Amino acid sequence: MSKLRLVYFAWVRERVGKAEEEIVPPASVTTVADLMRWLGGRGEEYAHAFENAKVIRAAIDKSHVRPDAAIAGAHEIAFFPPMTGG
Amino acid sequence: MPRKIRLQREDFDAAAEAEALRRGRTDIGALVAFSGVCRGAEAGEPITALTLEYYPGMAEAEIARHVEEAEKRWPLSGVTVVHRYGRIEPGENIVLVVTASSHREAAFAAAEFLMDYLKTRAPFWKQVESAAGSSWVEAKDTDDAAAARWGKPSGREAAE
Repeated sequence: MSKLRLVYFAWVRERVGKAEEEIVPPASVTTVADLMRWLGGRGEEYAHAFENAKVIRAAIDKSHVRPDAAIAGAHEIAFFPPMTGG
Repeated sequence: MPRKIRLQREDFDAAAEAEALRRGRTDIGALVAFSGVCRGAEAGEPITALTLEYYPGMAEAEIARHVEEAEKRWPLSGVTVVHRYGRIEPGENIVLVVTASSHREAAFAAAEFLMDYLKTRAPFWKQVESAAGSSWVEAKDTDDAAAARWGKPSGREAAE
């Protein structure tokens, strides 16, 4: 797997402690849900951010995706809480 | 169809935006302009301000996708969407949706459709500032229900 850019928004960003980063996930991580589980094991901040993964939304290359979406070929994956615009 | 989508920190002039959309046109018979305004209280508690965060690039793309969807559903003559970000105080504008059509049904319906989707699908997040500190606004089930009544977007992979 090549380098993947991760971006975080709102309370996910605050809990992780950064707005973006580049990572290289292990080959076993193939879906958005896998990625959230893997991120959750990267330390306290991540564990806190992803403790309730069910409520976190994701986007691949700026389009909404479900947790079962494959991450192969993705350049940028975003994680954020349910949206509250408008 | 003229289509204008803008994200900006500064305030907007709803009347001027509506006028710009219809100026010089004689095909427009109905113009709906909806403004979302910052309330002075959230869940019964007074607030000092809202701060809106957004996902640059995706917010514009997501709004454009819904404007296109609205165009497929109703015979529209023009759409303008302006969404502010940054710090917004009670009484200030947050969002503007202007829809134009030859008849009112399409203009009213498209404006409501766009607002329902902006609230639940456009990547914006509101943080409330109050005497008690700051906290993120939680998404409302009623907003999800309002968006759900329009059914699945056509010709797109449903994401949720």
